[in-house]
Amino acid sequence: MAKMTYLQAITDALDYEMGKDENVFIFGEDVGYKGGVFGVTVGLQEKYGKWRCLDSPLAESNIVGMCLGAAMMGKRPVAEIQFAEYILPATNQILNEAAKIRYRSNGDWNAPMVIRAPFGGGIHGALYHSQSIETIFASTPGLKVVIPSSPADAKGLLISAIRDNDPVLFFEHKKAYRLLKEEVPEGEHTVEIGKADVKREGDDITIITYGLMVNYALQAAERLKEVGYEAEIVDLRTVYPLDKETIINATKKTGKVLLVTEDNLEGSIMSEVSAIIGENCLYDLDAPIMRLAGPDVPAMPYSPPMEDFFMVNPEKIYDKMKELAEH
Amino acid sequence: MMDYKEAGLSPDDLKEMYRYMLLARKLDERMWLLNRAGKLPFVISCQGQEATQVGIGFALDKANDIISPYYRDLALVTYFGITPEETMLSAFAKEGDINSGGKQMPSHFGKKEANVLTQGSCVATQVLHAVGTAFKFKVDNEPHIALTTLGEGSSNQGDFHEGLNFAGTHDLPFICIIENNKYAISTPTDLQYGAEKLSDRAIGYGMHGEQIDGNDPIAVYASVKKARERAVNNEGASLIEALSTRLTAHSSDDNHNLYRTKEDIEAMKEEDCIKLFRVYMLENNIVDEKWMEAIDAELKKVVQEATKKAEAAPYPAPEDALKNVYEEVN
Repeated sequence: MAKMTYLQAITDALDYEMGKDENVFIFGEDVGYKGGVFGVTVGLQEKYGKWRCLDSPLAESNIVGMCLGAAMMGKRPVAEIQFAEYILPATNQILNEAAKIRYRSNGDWNAPMVIRAPFGGGIHGALYHSQSIETIFASTPGLKVVIPSSPADAKGLLISAIRDNDPVLFFEHKKAYRLLKEEVPEGEHTVEIGKADVKREGDDITIITYGLMVNYALQAAERLKEVGYEAEIVDLRTVYPLDKETIINATKKTGKVLLVTEDNLEGSIMSEVSAIIGENCLYDLDAPIMRLAGPDVPAMPYSPPMEDFFMVNPEKIYDKMKELAEH
Repeated sequence: MMDYKEAGLSPDDLKEMYRYMLLARKLDERMWLLNRAGKLPFVISCQGQEATQVGIGFALDKANDIISPYYRDLALVTYFGITPEETMLSAFAKEGDINSGGKQMPSHFGKKEANVLTQGSCVATQVLHAVGTAFKFKVDNEPHIALTTLGEGSSNQGDFHEGLNFAGTHDLPFICIIENNKYAISTPTDLQYGAEKLSDRAIGYGMHGEQIDGNDPIAVYASVKKARERAVNNEGASLIEALSTRLTAHSSDDNHNLYRTKEDIEAMKEEDCIKLFRVYMLENNIVDEKWMEAIDAELKKVVQEATKKAEAAPYPAPEDALKNVYEEVN
């Protein structure tokens, strides 16, 4: 075990898989010599050579489509999109191509590829460097959408994603990159895709969330403990396809559920989680399903007071938790 | 038509080329008949573009090169190894459809065993998959090439530009063929682009560009063969614009009489590449009328057999709609 930040754990996962499998390569804007705008791929070009950590031209559809072609031929590409918002020019290659390769060829071809992109707010990134865009992809069978909340999960999930024989979108929270630090297993470490994780046990209320909000919810839960309530915290880890079993069990355990996302409320991941709970747990609920999310405005504003207003934080989560616990 | 000896082809090669061109034409014509008889919901044609497609195929190493075709490439994929029976199974959406198991509309080709990448309906996406394949060949030092095709209409898509730019940046072993049949459904070339030649775009991508007569299979073969040699010798990618002819409407759901003049349609028939190649073969004493009659009868039978088998084949089970979403681990 070694103490690593969320960012270092991701670099470690890439390094480990590149060392293990020569078919793994990284392709994205500024990933090579510079090592990426956040520094996730620093040192990998030097270690593995130009072709295995290659700077792409500034063209996102080419990043994804080129990687998809190479993946169909047996390579294991890890595409990097510089900021999650910038993925949109590549959505046709992701939704209409990568997600449908196995299905449309009746299993003849498949696309073992990962697309990494930093997402999320709270870093003064304004409209186009703060968005949560997972819902664009999270209703597309054929894709898997993974969002780790901790350094150890980030490493284990990324290694699993690279070894997966289907396309995986891997969204990394950019505020988590340097904020979160913990012990991470060295060398081999995988975390199963499609399985949620109970990050904290509690009997009074259940919080279901993912990404940076898991850490914020854990902070809020410690405060809530001081006023006498214990919160169960579920980290979805894979937001598509959802781990229904864990969602249902955790809801039934306390009968009171708070769903937290930093995305806009409407049509968010939590809308689907809410539907799963509504269909399966209605008679186990002791309070209406409660959701906490960003407001339904186009994206996160730049000016600090407006950014804080938009962004979900530990205080906002604590207030909602308390309201639910007291219901 | 180009001198076949100059292109390094033998009379036997020409016979083989003609055979594939005619086979694709006959399959295509049969599918239209079946469509008009109410037996197939949809057909989209290769008719008029067989010379370009078979010329391409002959210039490649079909055991190792990879093609990323588009929906008109029936002659090319037939040459690469999608059988007449598989084509008919796909047309009827039957269980044995190698392209998609009855999931996709016909002419969405794909067969791994035959080195044909799978394709969808959104045009030009396949260009990037060929570029990714060429990238693999380059970085793994494999002496193979990836070739993609598309219509001139699709050459205005972003994926075309992004892909060719990347192929040019790294001199990838990649060839792009624009099969310019002069119509994007109903839209003529003067509403599609301002360039004199689409092949001139190659300059902007840093690759070899060339416009050729797509109705001449020998000229297409010669051009693609050279492009392939450049590609495997690390001398860069190529953009080839093959001027060809669309003899049918865009698809079975289109009527080209609504936007093409009578004169245009009549003139086009004179450019029918199979007619032209037939005359060339006879005039150059490659074959005689008797050979022509025999090949015609033989292929008619092949198409007949394929149709019969496909019509009698079972449909996929309804629940097959649930299969192959993700890897199924037993």
